Amino acid sequence: MSRQMTGAKMVVQALKDQGVEVVFGYPGGAVLPIYDEIFQQNDIRHILVRHEQGAVHMAEGYARSTGKPGVVLVTSGPGATNAVTGLTDALMDSIPLVVLTGQVPTFMIGTDGFQEADTVGITRPCTKHNWLAKDTDKLAETLHQAFHVATHGRPGPVLIDIPKDVQFATGTYQGPKQAKVSHYQPKVKGDIEGITDLAAMIERAERPVLYTGGGVINSGPAASQLLRELADATGFPVTSTLMGLGAYPASGKNWIGMLGMHGLYEANLAMHGCDLLINLGARFDDRITGRIADFSPKSKKAHVDIDPSSINKVIHVDLPIVGDVGHVLEDLLKVWKARGRKTNKEALAKWWGQIEQWKLKNCLSYKGSDKTIKPQYALERLEALTKDRDRYVTTEVGQHQMWAAQFLGFEAPNRWMTSGGLGTMGYGLPASIGVQIAHPDSLVINVAGEASWLMNMQEMGTAVQFRAPVKQFILNNERLGMVRQWQQLLHGERYSHSWSESLPDFAKLAEAFGCKGAKVDSPKDLDDAIMAMLDYDGPYILDVLVEKHENCFPMIPSGKPHNEMLLGDASTEGAIQAGGAVLV
Amino acid sequence: MSALNIKKGSTSHSAYDLRDPHAQANETHTLAVLVDNEAGVLARVIGLFSGRGYNIDSLTVAEVDHAGHRSRITIVTRGTPSVIDQIKAQLGRLVPVHEVHDLTVEGASVERELALFKVAGTGEKRIEALRLAEIFRANVVDSTLESFVFEMTGTPSKIDAFADLMRPLGLIDVARTGVAALSRGV
Repeated sequence: MSRQMTGAKMVVQALKDQGVEVVFGYPGGAVLPIYDEIFQQNDIRHILVRHEQGAVHMAEGYARSTGKPGVVLVTSGPGATNAVTGLTDALMDSIPLVVLTGQVPTFMIGTDGFQEADTVGITRPCTKHNWLAKDTDKLAETLHQAFHVATHGRPGPVLIDIPKDVQFATGTYQGPKQAKVSHYQPKVKGDIEGITDLAAMIERAERPVLYTGGGVINSGPAASQLLRELADATGFPVTSTLMGLGAYPASGKNWIGMLGMHGLYEANLAMHGCDLLINLGARFDDRITGRIADFSPKSKKAHVDIDPSSINKVIHVDLPIVGDVGHVLEDLLKVWKARGRKTNKEALAKWWGQIEQWKLKNCLSYKGSDKTIKPQYALERLEALTKDRDRYVTTEVGQHQMWAAQFLGFEAPNRWMTSGGLGTMGYGLPASIGVQIAHPDSLVINVAGEASWLMNMQEMGTAVQFRAPVKQFILNNERLGMVRQWQQLLHGERYSHSWSESLPDFAKLAEAFGCKGAKVDSPKDLDDAIMAMLDYDGPYILDVLVEKHENCFPMIPSGKPHNEMLLGDASTEGAIQAGGAVLV
Repeated sequence: MSALNIKKGSTSHSAYDLRDPHAQANETHTLAVLVDNEAGVLARVIGLFSGRGYNIDSLTVAEVDHAGHRSRITIVTRGTPSVIDQIKAQLGRLVPVHEVHDLTVEGASVERELALFKVAGTGEKRIEALRLAEIFRANVVDSTLESFVFEMTGTPSKIDAFADLMRPLGLIDVARTGVAALSRGV
């Protein structure tokens, strides 16, 4: 299938051959030849964004909700630099993206040409790999390699910088099958010796916990299915990181809720008290571990991860297994079943008894109000009115994100899109559009805070233009809620620049963008307002005015171990000492 | 753990890492990294070290297989055992990296470095410099009436020792290549 064609045509041909259906992008001088090719075909849909950061977050939403790589096309210089936040976000959360940037012609590189930036240099630390394509004859192979690298091993964003003369020049096109996909072939099968040891540990464990993460979702739906099988067959409790929600269903009988800084009491105490901790595709992030020295002090720790550099990076583990979670779970179940499906049932029953005791704390309880809408109440109502629908949820970053994680239940993987590792405010709106483009008939809700939402609000234009009926559920407290909470707990209630004056009227803003919006400020009107949002056939902004000074609990203060978490009614005074204040 | 019959202290071939996680003494390791000789590969390696706060004591790089487009990067680095393990794992996941070898733990190896020393002086000092150079098997590669340039190949510690001796004798410039290293035997 070697054919002569221009570099620009190769880009479009390679995308088609890779099965790409949608590209999120923004044109500019250095990518005009590629846009000319896009104009002359109908197989690939192009979504015109309003800012390149939006394009990358849309591609992330698309990728996270489909399991396929998201594709972005932007111009040189500012086009590329605007993509940097999204690239870093995707790198932290292991989201497969292929980002194509235009570049000044090769003979101008290094001359500080118009809209020239050292894109490959700037994006080297925020991509899994990147390339400067200097030769049209090698461009096709590089494009196919890029898809291979983005989607194999631990997924991540890759970038190809394509100078304009390379786009114009003619070269030989190669199909994906002819392309040498380099030596990059990460190991997916785990060592059977280690897996057998893990099966033996499972048989003996008295107080086990399955601690699951985004890796289970990245591994594909089969991994989530196997996790359910393992949990149900062993009767082990399951907790998850923010990134892993939905891998095990929230309604499942072994589900003990999210763990970590704003995780559930029972989940964190189970982590603290367990004697066998099985980490499946999570990475012992600092939001999870709290104080390292006191993290899960009594447990043997097993860690399944496709990335060898995740092993022993933060927490020293007793049993590392390098491999894809899906493959490892499959082998683990086989071995464990062959050995007689044994667990320590008596001890497990006792362990569950303890967990049930912790659950009685009812750690998500909050003081209700019939005057103001409590953010937790808003999410409870949103959950009640949408949980039976074909629903996808994205979030921005902050208190609302944690409340969404606590109060919404996810029954399936790929339904929950949030910026976990990087914590990127402005992620949710564009991500929701990316999800909606991939799932045009589904309900897509972005749970937002007003401050985060404003960071990429220009993308409402994209939602309207492409008829993406995304629902923007803004919990508006006129504060940077999480910052305010930390200032209250850590900085002597000195609320330095953590509130916004002159916020826009979000309902009118919706109107200005050509869609619909409404404001609601009373608990009794909330259900009707949510229903109106759901019933509207198009993008919608619901401005939910919530209690301004609500804090997000439970909370493990920085520098504290899991068993010293703060609950809503507990006194928060002096809870965080100087040593903890230095941690973010 | 004893029931599982794991050898104490075994690391690379066991599923278990039984070393004391709190051992914090720094160690010096020499790593050999075989990479594709492509644009930016050195920047990737150096960026990894600076971005994650690892040390580089010395670094050498050159193409070693022209037909196969392979370069060999030799890095001397310092860190606790867990940091050294992280460095190796992080290097290993760079896409253009083919192999990472820790020559310090993978059996015996030889290390050599080339250095040039410019020593200026006259009279007794000049004669003493020349005499010491002979003892260290350094070659004179340039000479004027007031200066020598010595060339020496050896282990980094031999080069350090020679530099220490030359300093009072008028050492004014040193150029060192950094360490090149290979494992012994086959």
